[in-house]
Amino acid sequence: MLNKDLVIIGGGSAGMAAACSAYDNGLRDILILEKGPFLGGILNQCIHNGFGLEYFKEELTGPEFLTRFVKETEKRGIEYKLNSFVTGISPDKVVTYTNGEEGYVEVKAKAIVMAAGCYERNAGAIGIPGDRPAGVITAGQAQLYLNEYGYMVGKRVFILGSGDIGLIMARRMSLEGAKVLGVAEIMPYSNGLNRNIVQCLQDYDIPLYLSHTVSKVVGKGKLERIEISKVDEKMQAIPDTEISFDVDTLLLSIGLIPNNALLDNMGAAKSSTRGSSVNEHMETSIEGVFSCGNVLHVHDLVDKVVQEAAVAGKSAALYVQGKLPTHEEVINCVNGEGIGYVVPSRIDLDNAEDNIELKFRVRKPTKNCDIYVEYNGEVIKKAYKNVIIPSEMEIMKLPKNLLVSGNGTLSVSLKVREAK
Amino acid sequence: MNKELICIVCPNGCRLTVDENLNVIGNKCPRGATYAKQELTNPTRVLTSTVKIESKELGVLPVKTANPIPKGKLFDAMKVVNSIKVKAPVELGQVIYKDICGTGVDLVACRTIKE
Ligand SMILES: Cc1cc2nc3c(=O)[nH]c(=O)nc-3n(C[C@H](O)[C@H](O)[C@H](O)COP(=O)(O)OP(=O)(O)OC[C@H]3O[C@@H](n4cnc5c(N)ncnc54)[C@H](O)[C@@H]3O)c2cc1C
Ligand code: SF4
Repeated sequence: MLNKDLVIIGGGSAGMAAACSAYDNGLRDILILEKGPFLGGILNQCIHNGFGLEYFKEELTGPEFLTRFVKETEKRGIEYKLNSFVTGISPDKVVTYTNGEEGYVEVKAKAIVMAAGCYERNAGAIGIPGDRPAGVITAGQAQLYLNEYGYMVGKRVFILGSGDIGLIMARRMSLEGAKVLGVAEIMPYSNGLNRNIVQCLQDYDIPLYLSHTVSKVVGKGKLERIEISKVDEKMQAIPDTEISFDVDTLLLSIGLIPNNALLDNMGAAKSSTRGSSVNEHMETSIEGVFSCGNVLHVHDLVDKVVQEAAVAGKSAALYVQGKLPTHEEVINCVNGEGIGYVVPSRIDLDNAEDNIELKFRVRKPTKNCDIYVEYNGEVIKKAYKNVIIPSEMEIMKLPKNLLVSGNGTLSVSLKVREAK
Repeated sequence: MNKELICIVCPNGCRLTVDENLNVIGNKCPRGATYAKQELTNPTRVLTSTVKIESKELGVLPVKTANPIPKGKLFDAMKVVNSIKVKAPVELGQVIYKDICGTGVDLVACRTIKE
């Protein structure tokens, strides 16, 4: 059996950033396992720009951003294996992977960083009524075909869901000559970044139907037509509000889910993000196993992914060097009123840095409100927000001295201010 | 009349308000003000796309305009982009097409493809 200090699962931006950070903190015996033919993960197909503004202070396309990280990884001489699929991790940290050259291989790791990204919700997940023709695919799949193979999936397109991938694909396919007839979003607000509504839909006169969903799919063998309907507060289609569109393609952009099966199978505790529960060092409930990037919680900005991954990589290095002690006493972080999730799930105060970063998302767009951080029922921090929306992850810095050691509970919640 | 705009320069997506004299408020950084003035006088966009490439690694090469080009020229530029075919190797940043549609802006490669 092979032995490694650190095995990283996934060679996307999170995996590479974690590897570089572990290296910079003294580890040398590192292996990245990537199932695809390139390093870079999802960024390989994200040919649009908008990456790295925070990290590199430059606006880069996905491939440009990933190239910089590949250079950093290679400069350090970090070992990586492509086309290598991780099939399982045993509780004592034996990672099994398989590839064409080596067959099945087992590696015993002292520490593991999980960085396997996320996957897209598909048609099965929402159960659209009607036929099951060809031509209904996820937006990310269509993006992969077009941006890596040069293959357009259709000419007359409708998009269900206003997630960023769908919006980006609306522009991309319009520029390639397809007619994008509209985007339907079941919620009364968009789930994509505002800038993408402007530069991907408004620029191309593509209508956004809020509070609408696809209520029917029609087609024998190939997709021919869809119907959308307005929905009521219970998300049920309202009769007689149907609008019909003749299309050959329905793209689904209805959400991303952490690809966390490997850690779930290891028995790592879960969090409300559908990823694993971690402490402020990105350590899961299993000692020496860390998680970061989209496999932990779905991010909108790669800059935040690489920051988080750097913490995971550093923690893994400290763990291997025996410098990351564990403590019995932890503060549990919970999402209160109006908040979808909080990362981290636990804070080990004795090991924490001076500033603890709380990352969270609100459940729905809210104006004129305050974010409250409470510790054992007492308000320790309050921040006013003019507007706050679920599609943008919030980060709040919490000075460590506001907390006292012990088994406490920290909660983040949102309260709307009364109009004057 | 004030105009409401969303800054698209970075993912913060600041909500900007611009008055008749092109005074901008709501921007978290100076780039937002520059964007609002540009957007109301001569809107421009960076075009990102792909061109065909003869290569063992990939079917298409991602490219972008090195600077933003006028919004009205995006579709003309796409016609040019779709007529281009290159051969590996290609270096990141290499000029793939000079002065696209008379904009003075070059089309450049967004990744290195070795073979
Ligand atoms: C369409 C889209 C548009 C975006 N647009 C922007 C933007 O404009 N600006 C911005 O800043 N951010 C954007 N983001 C967000 C950001 O780029 C991503 O969140 C980030 O790149 C995710 O990095 P990651 O490493 O966590 O995941 P990924 O890049 O998905 O990497 C995970 C890697 O793990 C590998 N893997 C998975 N399972 C296994 C296994 N069992 N064995 C081995 N390998 C495995 C995968 O092949 C993959 O390479 C966008 C994201 C998407 C999806
Ligand atoms: S004003 Fe500055 S911070 Fe705000 S969206 Fe524009 S570029 Fe980003």
